[in-house]
Amino acid sequence: MSTATITSKIAKLQSLITVANLISGLEKMVKTAVLPLTGIVMFLFLWQVTASNIVTSLGQFPGPGDVWTQSKTLIEEHHAERDKADAFYARQEVRNAKKLAKNPDAKVKIRPYTGKATYFDQIFTSLYTVAFGFLIATLVAIPLGIVCGLSERVYRAVNPIIQTFKPVSPLAWLPLVTMVVSALYVSDDPYFEKAFLTSAFTVALCCLWPTVVNTIVGVASIDRDLIDVSRVLRLSWPVYIKTIVIPSATPLIFTGLRLSLATGWMVLIAAEMLAQNPGLGKFIWDEFQNGSSSSLGRIMVAVITIGIIGFILDRLMLALQKRVSWDKQAIFR
Amino acid sequence: MQKNYLEISQVGIEFPTEGEPFRALQNVNLSIQQGEFISLIGHSGCGKSTVLNIIAGLYQATEGGIILEGREVDEPGPDRAVVFQNHALLPWLTVYQNVELAVKCVFRKTKTKAEIREWIEHNLSLVHMDHAMHKRPGEISGGMKQRVGIARCLAMQPKVLLMDEPFGALDALTRAHLQDSLMEIQNRLGNTVVMITHDVDEAVLLSDRIVMMTNGPAASIGEVLDINLPRPRDRLSLAEDPEFNAYRQQVLRFLYEKQKNPASKPKPAAPVTAQSVSDSGSASEAA
Repeated sequence: MSTATITSKIAKLQSLITVANLISGLEKMVKTAVLPLTGIVMFLFLWQVTASNIVTSLGQFPGPGDVWTQSKTLIEEHHAERDKADAFYARQEVRNAKKLAKNPDAKVKIRPYTGKATYFDQIFTSLYTVAFGFLIATLVAIPLGIVCGLSERVYRAVNPIIQTFKPVSPLAWLPLVTMVVSALYVSDDPYFEKAFLTSAFTVALCCLWPTVVNTIVGVASIDRDLIDVSRVLRLSWPVYIKTIVIPSATPLIFTGLRLSLATGWMVLIAAEMLAQNPGLGKFIWDEFQNGSSSSLGRIMVAVITIGIIGFILDRLMLALQKRVSWDKQAIFR
Repeated sequence: MQKNYLEISQVGIEFPTEGEPFRALQNVNLSIQQGEFISLIGHSGCGKSTVLNIIAGLYQATEGGIILEGREVDEPGPDRAVVFQNHALLPWLTVYQNVELAVKCVFRKTKTKAEIREWIEHNLSLVHMDHAMHKRPGEISGGMKQRVGIARCLAMQPKVLLMDEPFGALDALTRAHLQDSLMEIQNRLGNTVVMITHDVDEAVLLSDRIVMMTNGPAASIGEVLDINLPRPRDRLSLAEDPEFNAYRQQVLRFLYEKQKNPASKPKPAAPVTAQSVSDSGSASEAA
């Protein structure tokens, strides 16, 4: 066989390999991009068709196009509001500068801008509120779960209470929380808004349970051998909890935390609606009360925003779980 | 000397069940000298592990008791280190940290930081694991994990080293390596060891005495066999040693003639075949 035929054979083989690579690359692309995109496009189409067949007293049910327009409007409103605020502060500064020029001892004040909250302010308020409620819930749930997981007796004592409160809807808690916050949080110069505290505590009460339950299971299912090791070493309680209990319960604690955060985010919207905490929940409620022809479109924007933020929050928790997990081979989903 | 170092006297234990309490052990008596290597051998479920757990203090005997160096054992403690069958290393700690946890528990007050470090490294090199100190248990092989488990126990300088089928989960070659390592270490340090095993060759090779247990329930010590083979022992030359084989025969005879596998009892006339020896093969017949 001449070298020429060999080289041509090699070239053929290489081109075959390239084709194979291309095919596998294509397959990957189909899996990661094309399929999800197809799903989304089909959903948008169905949505459009359905929406055009529903007419409400506030006009046509919003389709994807209306939502797109409304989201642009909301962004514009946000910028307009920010420009107004900037102008307001600029005016104040000019005025103050003039005052000072006339009389250097004059007292100058900067008054805060009190314009209406924009959509993005409301998103931020919601995130802040859910974070606060989730933090309270976590601080209560993990220690409680550890204690219940370690002691069968405490578990038996606490379990009926957990099981009773676990299925309670946020709406049931809200009036009670509102009254308690009004009664107990009395301050002339409150650091937190009452509506904020009411929403946050309601979130905390409702998102406590998944973390509690999962922590209990995680702690109660520590490997027997590891417990025996700790007994042979006569580990003190703090060392035992730090080196054995918490690491072995970490995967389930995180499962609980993710469920809790998702619950908290759902609960928050309802709580904000009723407590009038200026977040996404209040936005929806106000739009509903407002009842203009664009209201439904704006509510739909909020619905999608809530969904996307919930998704991002879950991914963030997943990333955190991967970071703190000792088992780098574990598969998280 | 001949003063008894570890004394097991009249030990019996009952476990509560839904009906009658289950009596696992009865009248277990054994005296162990300092530096002795004892193997406990017997069929599955005969209570070997229970004996070990009682010595460790992880179980409380219902009757009788354990005296170690003149003191009664009533709770677990680092003077009776346990090598578990499945290594029981903390998977989130490195090899070094696993040993460190044990060392800090025992020597926190008596050793300085530098001494503690040196001691951990010394013990890891004793089991030839100093090269993988900063790996996690998930990153090393089963045999290596068991070596670390042994290092963790040695580092505690226990009065008695308790080993619960330490090599049971390993393949034959790895097991042989670890047996050699263990012999070498025991030769050097003179530890008192109580080891549970299923493996007759292992028992004869490693032990000064083999304690053979009768079948449960209410298991007890059947026979005790002194192994007077000179040390250090070499597995290759012993393989053809008539004395070694005689010891093997005695243990085998005890296990398969005098104490047939409990699962094969319903058919007393059946010859001892490979099938009736294996637990799983004949368990269904008994049921």
